[in-house]
Amino acid sequence: MMKFRFRRQGADPQREKLKQELFAFNKTVEHGFPNQPSALAFDPELRIMAIGTRSGAVKIYGAPGVEFTGLHRDTTTVTQMHFLPGQGRLLTLLDDSSLHLWEILHHDGCAHLEEALSFQPPSRPGFDGASGPPSLTRVTVVLLVAAGDMAALGTEGGSVFFLDVPTLTLLEGQTLGPDEVLRSVPDDYRCGKALGPVEALEGHLRDPTKILIGYSRGLLVIWNQAAQCADHIFLGNQQLESLCWERSGSTLVSSHSDGSYAIWSADTGSSPTTQPMVATTPYGPFPCKAINKILWRNCESGGHFIIFSGGMPRASYGDRHCVSVLQAETLVTLDFTSRIIDFFTVHSTRPEDEFDQPQALAVLLEEELVVLDLQTPGWPAVPAPYLAPLHSSAITCSAHVANVPAKLWARIVSAGEQQSPQPASTALSWPITGGRNLAQEPSQRGLLLTGHEDGTVRFWDASGVALRPLYKLSTAGLFQTDCEHADSLAQAAEDDWPPFRKVGCFDPYSDDPRLGVQKVVLCKYTAQMVVAGTAGQVLVLELSDVPSEQAVSVSSVDLLQDREGFTWKGHERLSPRTGPLPWPTGFQPRVLVQCLPPAAVTAVTLHAEWSLVAFGTSHGFGLFDYQRKCPVLARCTLHPNDSLAMEGPLSRVKSLKKSLRQSFRRIRKSRVSGKKRAANANSKEANAQLAEQACPHDVEMTPVQRRIEPRSADDSLSGVVRCLYFADTFLRDAAHHGPTMWAGTNSGSVFAYALEVPTAVAGGEKRPERAVEAVLGKEVQLMHRAPVVAIAVLDGRGRPLPEPYEASRDLAQAPDMQGGHAVLIASEEQFKVFTLPKVSAKTKFKLTAHEGCRVRKVALATFASVACEDYAETCLACLTNLGDVHVFSVPGLRPQVHYSCIRKEDISGIASCVFTRHGQGFYLISPSEFERFSLSARNITEPLCSLDISWPGDAARARYPTAT
Amino acid sequence: RFGAEFRRFSLERSKPGKFEEFYGLLQHVHKIPNVDVLVGYADIHGDLLPINNDDNYHKAVSTANPLLRIFIQKKEEADYSAFGTDTLIKKKNVLTNVLRPDNHRKKPHIVISLPQDFRPVSSIIDVDILPETHRRVRLYKYGTEKPLGFYIRDGSSVRVTPHGLEKVPGIFISRLVPGGLAQSTGLLAVNDEVLEVNGIEVSGKSLDQVTDMMIANSRNLIITVRPANQRNNVVRNSRTSGSSGQSTDNSLLGCPQQMEPSLEPEEEDSDDEDIVIEDNGVPQQIPRAVPNTESLESLTQIELNFESGQNGFLPSNEVSLAPVASGPSTEFETRAPDQKLLEEDGTIITL
Repeated sequence: MMKFRFRRQGADPQREKLKQELFAFNKTVEHGFPNQPSALAFDPELRIMAIGTRSGAVKIYGAPGVEFTGLHRDTTTVTQMHFLPGQGRLLTLLDDSSLHLWEILHHDGCAHLEEALSFQPPSRPGFDGASGPPSLTRVTVVLLVAAGDMAALGTEGGSVFFLDVPTLTLLEGQTLGPDEVLRSVPDDYRCGKALGPVEALEGHLRDPTKILIGYSRGLLVIWNQAAQCADHIFLGNQQLESLCWERSGSTLVSSHSDGSYAIWSADTGSSPTTQPMVATTPYGPFPCKAINKILWRNCESGGHFIIFSGGMPRASYGDRHCVSVLQAETLVTLDFTSRIIDFFTVHSTRPEDEFDQPQALAVLLEEELVVLDLQTPGWPAVPAPYLAPLHSSAITCSAHVANVPAKLWARIVSAGEQQSPQPASTALSWPITGGRNLAQEPSQRGLLLTGHEDGTVRFWDASGVALRPLYKLSTAGLFQTDCEHADSLAQAAEDDWPPFRKVGCFDPYSDDPRLGVQKVVLCKYTAQMVVAGTAGQVLVLELSDVPSEQAVSVSSVDLLQDREGFTWKGHERLSPRTGPLPWPTGFQPRVLVQCLPPAAVTAVTLHAEWSLVAFGTSHGFGLFDYQRKCPVLARCTLHPNDSLAMEGPLSRVKSLKKSLRQSFRRIRKSRVSGKKRAANANSKEANAQLAEQACPHDVEMTPVQRRIEPRSADDSLSGVVRCLYFADTFLRDAAHHGPTMWAGTNSGSVFAYALEVPTAVAGGEKRPERAVEAVLGKEVQLMHRAPVVAIAVLDGRGRPLPEPYEASRDLAQAPDMQGGHAVLIASEEQFKVFTLPKVSAKTKFKLTAHEGCRVRKVALATFASVACEDYAETCLACLTNLGDVHVFSVPGLRPQVHYSCIRKEDISGIASCVFTRHGQGFYLISPSEFERFSLSARNITEPLCSLDISWPGDAARARYPTAT
Repeated sequence: RFGAEFRRFSLERSKPGKFEEFYGLLQHVHKIPNVDVLVGYADIHGDLLPINNDDNYHKAVSTANPLLRIFIQKKEEADYSAFGTDTLIKKKNVLTNVLRPDNHRKKPHIVISLPQDFRPVSSIIDVDILPETHRRVRLYKYGTEKPLGFYIRDGSSVRVTPHGLEKVPGIFISRLVPGGLAQSTGLLAVNDEVLEVNGIEVSGKSLDQVTDMMIANSRNLIITVRPANQRNNVVRNSRTSGSSGQSTDNSLLGCPQQMEPSLEPEEEDSDDEDIVIEDNGVPQQIPRAVPNTESLESLTQIELNFESGQNGFLPSNEVSLAPVASGPSTEFETRAPDQKLLEEDGTIITL
């Protein structure tokens, strides 16, 4: 046997070689916004930005397509990051006070981010006497001095340590303890109190020997590192939060925990300053929250900018996340929807310049990054070419469209541009432009569609590394929802002080959960689209280049047919607005079909050539002719015993609650009435019963056990329609092929209908106005009764049939209609190929019986060879519930390769996975990020970029005396 | 006449003909043309076996040595229980019973159908190739309402390895549902360790994976267990004919054996056949497609299996704890070197 196995494995070295040329697994790039960001840095020289996260990831972004990712060994929060300007090096401080030095290195012309050195502060010495050296316990703040060769570390204990950055070693003997500082402070200020932790360290732009140190208690010290003495002391008494040193060095700004900020003059001789020039509480007089960070930027045009976060009146707006921008008399309170992590300005940092001239303000929030143009009046937001908050409303489904025709692409882009008017030509474009994208222009356009909880569908440019938002379609306007869209209202109704301005697009609150998008299908040749939602709404839309005002045709299809005894306990259907409605440029609704009962749509498919849309819910499926606007077919798939199907998808949570309540009730009852319990044979309740039944008798019962029982026909939700498919194939006899529709259910049933679609006159776009007819041709019951997840028809050469219009527009090879067709049916447990029109089993692979895993997603994909330009194979890619990706040959169904892709615990990741037609895929690694992976050895989308680094390299390593 | 009359007649051994003809001949010889009778014969071990179709008739004729002793009973009074089953465990010598016809007159008779109409619910299989500490049980779940009726759980078992005793995770039967198929067979018990499911080792697989494997195979579930109670094991070395007859030197109780790669017949495929309803017509099983080139490969594989089945048996104490790699290359369906199955499964792709 073993002999045999080995023989099989190495049976065909040629095939093995070919497999290597076809398949390779890579996780290539993360799209979207980093989950739980915790730190921000900007290198004004290289114009690159770094974002650190709470899981220890470091991401560096430059121009679109320029991305570097690194991950700390420990998944500890990155608390601070500092670029060594112009060197492509980054110093990170983690929550455990360890410091890490990252470098962007070039290998083979491409740049990568790598960790070079790390520094763990020595642990606290055993003794804690006043005479002992101050210990480096907890680093609160880091400042790079002397062009990044030295770092000053402020600690919780009030000391400032100095670190040699190229080697990441502590410079002994240079440590500045609080005692040393206190010596230059007048006695009456000292009064026995400690200075508290170092809250802020600021460097002087022109004189690297000077460091501004701010202590928590409020004391500010300009320390001369060369002379080892305090140049100037400011005796602040308000608890300090943050400091900013003006470019010339003559002015300081300090912000405080009571919501005030103070401006100090540094030009007032050597005696300690006791009073600031100005102290103000901008949102007073009532108690305010702390101003966490403050920046001061001066301008040539006069009137400096003061930009600060926080400081809001505690009682009235204490829960707002605000950044205030103040220039002269202009104050704008930027009101964000998520917590502010950090912000920076893009401004001149050349020491010889007299002014900062801030160009842009970048604010990193918990859920998005917002950049404002500070040069254009009104400070408009700059649209971000990447870092899009995918989750601005929770993603409920996604779809990928490959090879988008250039014409459709241009139309979508232009619709998107009209949606968010581009700023005037004088305005600033994206200010973070470092690095060069070396990746080739993508050979084809890929569109990623995401459906969201709020009823929107977003179109993303997924052709390259940077996932760029193109267009947003909202379906909410068609319906009367419980609470009306109140964006504009809310803004107007706001008090005029503080001058709030809503910024950013992260809006996790959905008006009505019924609006949620469940399925999206786009026909890339006709620009027609179907969006199906949670309340059984199926919307057929068409792209229009002009705004229009028209009424939408509404029909409803009863999927229960004449089934008696079912009452729908779920949500009601959405009530559409009547009368002509204005629609902007873009996808405009033409037809609305509402399923009854209004359960969530579970499957949808579109055939634009036949003007047919098929849709399914947990009750059945329907076929609708959207040219004639009339239903063709409705079929109920409910099993008579299926009662759960009536509760509706939204009551999932409710039903869990209900079942919890029930089981509590049951337990209580069982305590009271002992064994007086009717034996309930319902398989669904068996597990619940188990918990109570087994205990007294079965001592050895373990908490985790699994019931082994085959699926029965009346399992709950057996009628859920899982997939729908249109094909032009041989269903009834081998001589005539024609339109067919296929539907697969949760209980392993497949229904195949022969359709009578009037054919269009040669050259005509539209088919004649005759009714479409559907006749049930075949019904297949898979005996293992596993849910059918996908159906595809293979042509005589074993290739999947092309999409509608693909062949007729010469965009794909015409299918072979001579040889015998076959249908591939993928269930959660097995893949099977049956011949057509006479259904006989041809090949199969029983995945679950072999591997113990279940199929979650499948897709047919074309894998091109890296070795041979025009060799490609069509294979079946499959993601299992264990997070593994398997590839099978088609139609042989032989396993080719398999890779472990997603952690099996990551259920939302597995559920969100979408495959592309060319062997790539996406899945959500967090609510806001898609991981892109590639199964193809040839079709890989990964960052390839370079950075012009002026770092003297080894020269810098040769120790260079610190700036003394 | 029944139970008392003896006739002797000759048949041509080389050309036994059909059962129907033989049945007619018997009725003619005994002058009982219109009485439904049940025909039985005594095989070489003295077991009473039925003759009711061509196959067992041929078998009876070919093994007759030199005389074929035939027993004829009236159908309505036949003692069906007298027929020995062909399983190894339940063999009884019932010949004497039958020869004393008074016995079965005493109790009121329950009419049950012919043995061929019985539906097997379970069987112990591959006894000759498995170590005695293991048991391979086949549960037949037809369209019956009776549940399979068992639960599995995680656990750990102690194994002997070259490094001494080691605790390894395992899957165990945790509960049998009263009245379920599993309990009614008496072949599975709580705390039996599950080693294989339909020929695929479960070591290295999670409880959920094994659950899914069992459910996927639930129509024809073959579980190899190491029974918690090792006292009821099959005593082998009896007069079992035909098989390899190897008696393994069994290791200590609880010491697992190198598992023989399973040689499961894939008969289940016939049970597992999907149903197609054409044009709202009658449901029918989906036939297998005409064999094509792929059948050749399948053929060679069967031969290889056959060979390894003969030679590859390792009755060693060596423990292979290496989990069956999840790689597809190491797992594929195997089947017995049975000519008939070969025809059935000609096109099945096994890798």
